This record gives sequence, C-alpha cells and structure tokens, in this order.
Amino acid sequence: MKISIERGTLLKAVAQAQSVVERRNTIPILANVLIEAEGDQVQFRATDLDVEVVDKAPAQVERAGATTVAATTLHEIVRKLPDGALVTLTADNAAGRLTVEAGRSNFSLATLPKEDFPVMASSEYQSNFSAPAAVLRRLFDKSKFAISTEETRYYLNGVYMHVADGETGKVLRCVATDGHRLARIDADLPGGAEDMPGVIVPRKTVGELRKLLEDDDMQIAVSVSETKVRFATPDITLTSKVIDGTFPDYSRVIPQNNTRRMEVDAADFAKAVDRVATVSSERSRAVKMQLDQDRLVLSVNAPDSGAAEEELAVAYDDERLEIGFNAKYLLEIASQVDRENAVFMFNSSGDPTLMREGNDQSAVYVVMPMRV
Amino acid sequence: MQALCRDCLTQFDAPEAAPGRARRCPSCASPRVVAHAELFDLSIAHMDCDAFYASVEKRDNPELAGKPVIIGGGRRGVVSTACYVARIRGVHSAMPMFQALKLCPDAVVIRPRMEVYAAVSRQIRAMMEDLTPAVEPLSLDEAFLDLTGTGKLHGAPPAVMLARLIRRMKDELGLTGSIGLSHNKFLAKVASDLDKPRGFSVIGRAETADFLRDRPVRMIWGIGPAAQAALDKAGIRTFADLLRWEQRDLQARFGTMGERLYHLARGQDRRRVVANAPMKSISNETTFHEDTGDADILDGHLWRMAEKVSDRAKAKGLAGRVVVLKLKRADHSLLSRRVALRDATQMADRLYRSARALFDQLGDPGPYRLLGVGLAELCPEAEADKSGDLLDPGAARRSGAERAADEIRKRFGADAILKGRALR
Repeated sequence: MKISIERGTLLKAVAQAQSVVERRNTIPILANVLIEAEGDQVQFRATDLDVEVVDKAPAQVERAGATTVAATTLHEIVRKLPDGALVTLTADNAAGRLTVEAGRSNFSLATLPKEDFPVMASSEYQSNFSAPAAVLRRLFDKSKFAISTEETRYYLNGVYMHVADGETGKVLRCVATDGHRLARIDADLPGGAEDMPGVIVPRKTVGELRKLLEDDDMQIAVSVSETKVRFATPDITLTSKVIDGTFPDYSRVIPQNNTRRMEVDAADFAKAVDRVATVSSERSRAVKMQLDQDRLVLSVNAPDSGAAEEELAVAYDDERLEIGFNAKYLLEIASQVDRENAVFMFNSSGDPTLMREGNDQSAVYVVMPMRV
Repeated sequence: MQALCRDCLTQFDAPEAAPGRARRCPSCASPRVVAHAELFDLSIAHMDCDAFYASVEKRDNPELAGKPVIIGGGRRGVVSTACYVARIRGVHSAMPMFQALKLCPDAVVIRPRMEVYAAVSRQIRAMMEDLTPAVEPLSLDEAFLDLTGTGKLHGAPPAVMLARLIRRMKDELGLTGSIGLSHNKFLAKVASDLDKPRGFSVIGRAETADFLRDRPVRMIWGIGPAAQAALDKAGIRTFADLLRWEQRDLQARFGTMGERLYHLARGQDRRRVVANAPMKSISNETTFHEDTGDADILDGHLWRMAEKVSDRAKAKGLAGRVVVLKLKRADHSLLSRRVALRDATQMADRLYRSARALFDQLGDPGPYRLLGVGLAELCPEAEADKSGDLLDPGAARRSGAERAADEIRKRFGADAILKGRALR
C-alpha cells in the first residue's frame, strides 16, 4: 500500500479512530487502526469490540493495499506535522513496517497483519431512517449528563433511545438516569423510525456520536436493531453494540401531580447556586432552597467550613417550602435551559422535583432532593 | 555493650558474650538479659501478647494449664489463637478447625469470649499509655509504641520502660508478651516476632542491612499470597533480590506497593505511630458449617452480615461510600467485589442491596465456604443517606422501617425484631 494524503484530512480521520481505541487494553491489535486504500479513497477503521468507527477520506492511492498500525502513535505523529503538509504512507507488509513521510520527516512504525483485525460483523437492521444532526445532537446532549456510571446497574450506563407517545403523537425519545436525576428529551419522529426497537446506547458511543453531529444540516443515517445501532454521515460510520438489558419503566418516576410552581431565570439561578455551593465542604455539596412568596433563598451551611446565603427573585405563589439538592445536579439541569425561564414543579421536600423550560414538555428533568 | 536485666531491670555494661555462655545479670543472676549496642537509643516498639486469647482463658481457668487450648469458632471455623502447647503440635492461627483437631485431638476448644478479651486489652492499653501517648493498637493484643523523647520524663530509656511494661502485665494481669524494639515500625514488628514467647528483640540501625539481606520478603506485613506470587514472578524472594531493583522499576511493576518495597528493602519506614488512627473500614464475615452454593442460604448470610456491619456503623456514627463483598470458594480461593455508592450509607437495607447486586453479577455458582460484607471509605453519618433513589420509590419506606426496628431493638434487645430473611 502506498498513499498520499493531505495532513488535515488525515488528522481528522485518525483522531476519530484513536478516540475509539481503548487506552489500556490487553489485545495488541485493538490498539491499532486498520488502514485500507483502494481507488481514490482510504478508509480508517478502529474498534474496541463494542464500538467501531470507519472513516473514509480522499487520497492519492499509488498502490492499493491494507495494514494496521498503532492508532495513538500515528495520531500523535500526524498531529505534530506542519499544517498543509502532504503525508505519504507506505506499507511494507513483508518487513512489518509502515513508513510515514512528510517533508523532511520520516517515521517507520511497526504494523500487525490486517487479517488479525477484528471487523464487526454486519447485521440486519430492523429500522433505517435519517435525522438532521441538530435533532440528534439535542436529544443526546440534553440527556447524557444523567447517564449512570454505576456498574451494578449496567442498564443505566447509556441513553435509552426509543419511540414513545408524546403529547402530540409518536416521538423519538431519549432518556437517561442514574437514580438521582433523570432527563427525558423528545423530538419529532423521523419518517421510517416508527418500528424502531428501543435500545440503550452506551455512554462511550454517545461520546463518539457527538463528533458526527457538528454540522447542523447534515442528515445522519440511523440504523437500529435489537443488538446494534449505527449512525452514518457520508464519510464516517459509527457502529455500536447496545447495552443488553432492560431500561427501567421511567414513566412512573416522572411526577405528574407536583403543583407548586417556581419560575426563575435559569442563568441567574445557576450562578447563585454555584456561588453559595463554594463554601460546602462535603462531597455531595447540598444546597438548601427556601421558597416564600416570589422569593427564593439559597443557602449552604457547612459547620466545618462556613455558611453562605443568597436571595433571588422568582415567581412563586404557594406555601412556604424548604428543600435541599445536590448543587451539581441543580447546575446540570439549569444549564440545559437556554431559551426561556426554568420552571420547577415541587411537591414536598422528600419527593422528586420536576424541571422544564417554560412550558416545553419536550425536555423534562427530574431531580431527587436530599436531606439538608 | 548496653545491657538490661528484664527481671530486675538493672542496667549494666556487658562485655561481648563468650561463645556458648549466656549472659547473667550481675545483680540478680537472671539469664533474661538483653544486650545490644543501641539498646538505650532505640525508641519505636511493637508489643505483641503471647497467645493472647488462649492465655486469658488459661489464666481464668487454672485447670487448662498444661493442656493444649485452641480458641476458635465451631466445627467449620478457623483457629483464631492456639496456646503454645497446641502450637508445638503444629496448630497455628487461621488453620481450619478440623485440621487443627486432627493434629491435636485432645485440644480443649473454646469459643472466643470477645468482651473479656476486649476488657483485658483495655487494661493493657492503659498500661501502655502510662509510657507514652503515642500508642497505636493494631488489634486487641498488639500495638506500636513510640517512646521517643520520654527518657527524661521516666528517668529511664525506652528499653527499660518496655521491660517494666511486660513485667507489670505479668504481675498485674498474669499475661506475657513480647517486645520488638527498633528504629521504625516495620522493623519493630519484625523484631517482636523473632523471639516469641516472652521475647525482647532489638534490631539496631547498624545491623539493619545485614539483618534483612537474606530474609524472605513475605515477612513484610501485608504481603499475602497474591503479592507473594507477583513477587515470585519477578524473581524477588529475599530483601537482597529487592535491592537489585531501581525504585522506578518497582513502582512501574507493583504500583504504590513497589515504592514501599523499595524503602523497606533498605530498612526505611517513615510511617509514624499514630494514636487513634481513624477506622478505615467496617466488615463482618462468617464461615459456613458446610460449603454452599444455595442462593437462598447465601442470601440469608448476606443479610445477616449486612445487618451486623450496619449495626456497628450506626453505633460508631459512621457510614461508608464503598460496599465490599467477599467470598471464599470451597478451595479457599478468594473472590472480592466492590461498588462505590453515590450517596454514602449506614443502612442495612442499602448495604444488603448493593452487596446482593455484586453477588448477582459474580457469575460463579460456588460453592462457597465464607461470605463477608464490608463498608469502606468511611465518613460521618451526617453525610450519608441524604437522598433517595428515583428508581426505587420504596427505599424511603424501608429506611423508615429500619430506623423504627433499630429503636425497638435498642429497647427490647437485638432479637426483638427480625427480618424473615435473617432466618434463612
């Protein structure tokens, strides 16, 4: 194999590949990226056996062929090459070496045979549809903060993407929760997605997917089966196994009868929470909210380190209420709000609280209070 | 050479001992003399009672004198202490009871009376605290003492005060112990084990390197079978083997243990003797009457252990951020799993559920011979159990029930109210 490729194009492709590769792994071939050149195109493939990414880029192919080489090393080299350089990759499969040349730089890297590279088995997808990048970005960006890291409840280690009944008919819905907070985000159901099976998209895949969604108008081809999910742009294909488990029935978690309504400017609220939480010494950083007629007092009382209090004007017209939350959880949900005011719906100090943006039901957050 | 009579506490200057002839005290002619060039300069000590539980039993029941006595639980339990008579027959602590009884069929087996031992331990602790405030107990029957700078106060060097402590334990409590005296904790602990029972061993700075060179590294406290196997693989058996390694390489291969090994190999240990070292974990374990893989039976044990750990945590006002599950298979191999909680807990219910989730994910059918549950990364209870679980709406109710049950047990005894699960 011998190809020449522009440094910027190469960097983009290799960067995507090396981020899929696990830093610490025991199978040497999994640290490598598979490079395949044919026609006027070169393809970079990397996997951790759960997620696979394939990135295509235009190149001058002098001699078709394939090889595998350490993804992080290749990425580091390309990253350090000068902008605009033309990079030549030459594989010598007999010697087990890949030469990387650019200007006066020359590198020789150890390779492993392409036959050893595990290519993810292709499968039948039950549902194929396409959705604008902006729509998918909103679904995953607004829900991913609530993904759990708890290994004993592995079925919470991802975003549950499924078809659900929304206010105005069927919607494409993403839900994530770790038992302390929950995010439920809806989007109009794209044509062709009606029969999509519900799948739990793993945390890592959600992170990798994000890189495909930068361009608002890009149409992303989505394919879903019971065991796999695939997201593709014309250049990049991301295939992932889904988490084999049952996502809990989240609908009973979302409070329906919380009647005490507080409306507040989300940015002001977040800044105030952040300020008072500074004095908290505990890991959980509990913040107390004290609600009276159109008035919110945020306070932290940490016997070891100090106390803080801040008053905020809000719209609230109900009985006095005192309720505590983890400051981090409040900041996370408040940061999801970007157009209107944040609306909190409380019940009692021990019950889950609901938050949404204005009256928009398409993005709903639930937070569990804590004892303060 | 500096010398001390351990019976009459006379300090004297002893000449180099003639080969084959034991030194004797010039004042009382006792042969129990300890002599060492640095004897009166060293101040870090380790005190270890001799066969503590067994000695207490023998003291309290003179009929046991001269008989082999084993302290341990049940047919299936392990030996927790064997008296020296039983040790001559090959019995040692941590040995399975059936094996001990095979070696020593006439042994008197006594169930441990922990409250009694704890009370005696407190008496010994008080005696040690008369010597120095820097007493760090490792268990009921052993402790580190740092006597640095106490010479002026007591009018005698640390060695004398330690010999006096042992004499006092014998006179007032009828118990014997061994002393290790050196310049750091590691060597003091090694020394106390050199000359048991009723020993007094000294490792000075000058001979540290010679002393360690050909000794096996497994004598380091905390090097268990697993660490031993890893060291064997690297070809490290003795301290001399360790000395050949660069600090960097040891660290790369063994992590933080590697760094510690590097210093220990050179006889260096900078850990201080800390009184009231904060508790690091709370755990309970049980060895079954017979090996079992029965999920229901194991579930019962899981609950009882969780409840015991929870009771102890509540009594101490502590909670933990990490739940640990420990199992020993029939072939004695260990299995250990841990999970970090987002919200620390001291509640038996949450402890049990977390341990149960770990158990369910083992994918190992057993059979097992031992099960343990523990709480680690402890914190004050005020920081624990502060938020509920969205996905487990019943948790708040169960936690309320547990608090109520605790109140009932406080008033009417531990058995006043039990979960059905506890009877399995």
